[in-house]
Amino acid sequence: MEFFRIKKDIPFMRHALVFNVISLITFVLAVFFLATKGLHLSVEFTGGTLIEVKYQQSADLEKVRGAMSKNGFTDYTVQNFGSSQDVMIRLPLRGTEDSAQQGERVMQALAAEAPGASLQRVEFVGPQVGKELAENGALALLVVIVGIMIYLASRFEWRFSIAAIIANLHDVIIILGFFAAFQWEFSLSVLAAVLAVLGYSVNESVVVFDRVRETFKKVRGLTTPQVLDHAITSTISRTIITHGSTQVMVLSMLVFGGETLYYFSLALTIGILFGIYSSVLVASPLVMWLGVSREQFIKPKKAVAEGATDDGACV
Amino acid sequence: MNRYPLWKYVTVAIALVFGFIYTLPNFFGESPAVQVSSAKVTLKVDATTQARVEEALAGAGITHDGIQLDPVGVKARFKDTDTQLKAKDAIERAFNPDSSNPQYVVALNLLTASPQWLTSLNALPMYLGLDLRGGVHFLLQVDMPGALTKRLDSTSADLRSLLRDKNLRHGGINREGERIVIKFRDAETRTAASKVLGDNAADLALAEAGQGDDLRLIATLKPEAGKKIAEFAIKQNINTLHNRINELGVAEPIIQQQGADRIVVQLPGVQDTAKAKDILGRTATLEIRMVDDSPGAIEAGLAGNPPFGTEVYTERGGSPLLVKKQVVLTGDRLTDAQPGFDGQTNEPAVHLTLDSAGARIFKDVTRDNVGKRMAILLIEKGKGEVVTAPVIRTEIGGGRVQISGRMTTAEANDVALLLRAGSLAAPMDIIEERTIGPSLGAENIERGFKSTMWGFLAIAVFMIAYYQVVGLISVVALASNLLLLVALLSLLQATLTLPGIAAIALTLGMAIDANVLINERIREELRAGMTPQAAISEGYERAFGTILDSNITTLIAGLALLIFGSGPVRGFAVVHCLGILTSIFSAVVVSRAMINLVYGRQKKLTKVAIGTVWKEGISAVNGRKQG
Repeated sequence: MEFFRIKKDIPFMRHALVFNVISLITFVLAVFFLATKGLHLSVEFTGGTLIEVKYQQSADLEKVRGAMSKNGFTDYTVQNFGSSQDVMIRLPLRGTEDSAQQGERVMQALAAEAPGASLQRVEFVGPQVGKELAENGALALLVVIVGIMIYLASRFEWRFSIAAIIANLHDVIIILGFFAAFQWEFSLSVLAAVLAVLGYSVNESVVVFDRVRETFKKVRGLTTPQVLDHAITSTISRTIITHGSTQVMVLSMLVFGGETLYYFSLALTIGILFGIYSSVLVASPLVMWLGVSREQFIKPKKAVAEGATDDGACV
Repeated sequence: MNRYPLWKYVTVAIALVFGFIYTLPNFFGESPAVQVSSAKVTLKVDATTQARVEEALAGAGITHDGIQLDPVGVKARFKDTDTQLKAKDAIERAFNPDSSNPQYVVALNLLTASPQWLTSLNALPMYLGLDLRGGVHFLLQVDMPGALTKRLDSTSADLRSLLRDKNLRHGGINREGERIVIKFRDAETRTAASKVLGDNAADLALAEAGQGDDLRLIATLKPEAGKKIAEFAIKQNINTLHNRINELGVAEPIIQQQGADRIVVQLPGVQDTAKAKDILGRTATLEIRMVDDSPGAIEAGLAGNPPFGTEVYTERGGSPLLVKKQVVLTGDRLTDAQPGFDGQTNEPAVHLTLDSAGARIFKDVTRDNVGKRMAILLIEKGKGEVVTAPVIRTEIGGGRVQISGRMTTAEANDVALLLRAGSLAAPMDIIEERTIGPSLGAENIERGFKSTMWGFLAIAVFMIAYYQVVGLISVVALASNLLLLVALLSLLQATLTLPGIAAIALTLGMAIDANVLINERIREELRAGMTPQAAISEGYERAFGTILDSNITTLIAGLALLIFGSGPVRGFAVVHCLGILTSIFSAVVVSRAMINLVYGRQKKLTKVAIGTVWKEGISAVNGRKQG
């Protein structure tokens, strides 16, 4: 079995502009949604209380809401999730005094007005923790970006490092854009997924760049777009299979993982799909426009000797 | 060219055996157990305790599946949870006849059911996080300014008695915010006092202020003293939490400092959060202060302007009371508190024992104040309540004090427990709480397991169909990756959470990348007309650089998550980083060893079973390379 029987290098670079325009439009849309709708941050970031209860039969949400109002709760949301038996109740932060006790008070209220609920999960986050998490998240993002740029610049070339980071940051923004547009809940595990995607799709750029470097060293007489086309074409089979495998895993989590892993795997799915696109079709043209050329990879001494004898292994 | 030296095969074999042994305990599951550990520092759990457990079980006619003694305590296993519960009751009765003053912690626990020889190799099952086993997680913030204020309050009391001992007259000592202000009438006394304080209170920085009649000495805590107090406060609080949780009876509580001023408390298996929070969050401490009974003062107090240095409190179930702000004694001086009964009235009471310094202060105060009233306050969550305010009849020495007054027996028990469990050096607030029910925990394990299994199977089927024998080798390499990762997690006893399981799944999904890279390279080399042996060798050689680069970039992201992440993110990051390391080993070394075993020996290998290799279309570049 072989999926890709490609006879010639596919002229990706001829359409470089189109790919970048598509990606620019998606990017602008994502920024637009982020700016207008904003992220629907989970309790972990905003602070507040989240209570998950399970009923033996289908839960009567009206009754639950009645119990809440009767006991003096305001600004709460009550909704089903997963199945009709599972109910999720969210409460915003109130005065610091009684926030930590809200979980118990809700359970008492439910026991009185809408009996039969068993407590599955309570999460309470105070105001100081949420702020810290957001700051640490931003810091982690920054460290990942700087770390990867330095590594790529030292291993390859500064042009590659800039192109890879632009391409992959744009993935991150697009994932965030999706979460803003559909108002999916952005929790800590989604943040983990986003950062994992950043590392993962840089991966993809690295594989292509590796080929670019190798082709520049081994084969003479090709223009830069031709080299890029060749690098992408010869790795495309691996690209599809690898991402397909990872996606199968993520899909399995999406289906079997339940509520906790749902948005995590959703973020990964978007990240993987856009990751392929951006690291192949956005990063490569960027490298081209930044002016990558053969001379940058051939040491002056070796340029006299035959380039092809160089075995192309990593320097 | 495709042969490994023997030592490489041996290394791979050892790694796999190691992986197998340390993964093994995870398959045996857990059996219910009861754990007996000491609730007091002075009480040691040893072989006699073990014998007592056996005796107690035999007495109740309960059969056990083995009793073991380890540094934590004595653990007895049972065949089901019903027996476990019965056994717990029986042991509880035998070890703690007086339930108000438990000597031992008797708690339910789960023990690994793996055979002894595995346990002795230190091969334990993975340590499951709270989201997988159920329980409560609290993050507590210690109120450091509160600790400093408290310290300054007791310091000003010390200064008062110090100056009195030295016969230095002052015009009042008061805490104002973070400073202690001492007033003097003349400069000589101030200079003398300044010298005395400089000699005796090394923690304080002194400054002079005021002029004329209004001379003052301002004392502030030195920064290093402040730091020491903060460190002490957090240690003391952790200690106190340990004591209180011991009273709750939790098998494996985790109480750790996090950052400068936070404490993490994890109580696996605890479901009654209300009770846990009640015990943890109660910052009960005792204060003994004098009552101001001067005529007219209480009326002024009730009218809303109490005389300077006093506060209005209501006595338990009784009348309002004007209490001086100056604290005579705090709960720090307490060594023990026991519930009991008043010898004369037979009312429920709490008997307190003070340490020597406390006993001396108490003796002095009672001697100087015969005929006056003294208030005993229980401070809970920053709010004080006067438990009782008896009249001092005689000097009380020896450090034994009794509190009684309108308490029920249960209240006396509670107060004694709270006081005994130690006072907190600084107030704490719960700033994060997570409770996971046991059924949700079990569900989470199943979800994580299912996701990984189905994902793995799908990848395996595809790889074998697409790459045939080489694909099978890749799958075996992937399985060995899983084996090594689980073994490593078990060995390190890193906490496995649901995001951690997700990281295992994701790592597997990403690890196959390395094998795909290698296999595609081999195919490519075959396409270019290389001999099978050369193609395998070249494929591995060339793919390695790419694999390294791509894994290092992923590792950078993983490490950043590990450093900056907390809670679920950290759980994800730990597994993710370990997974990257094991996947490099298994994809490159393990799969190569297997390929070498299968193909390396055949001198005239004509075909590698790596699936169809499309040869017709030779791309422009390959054409050039050949030409």
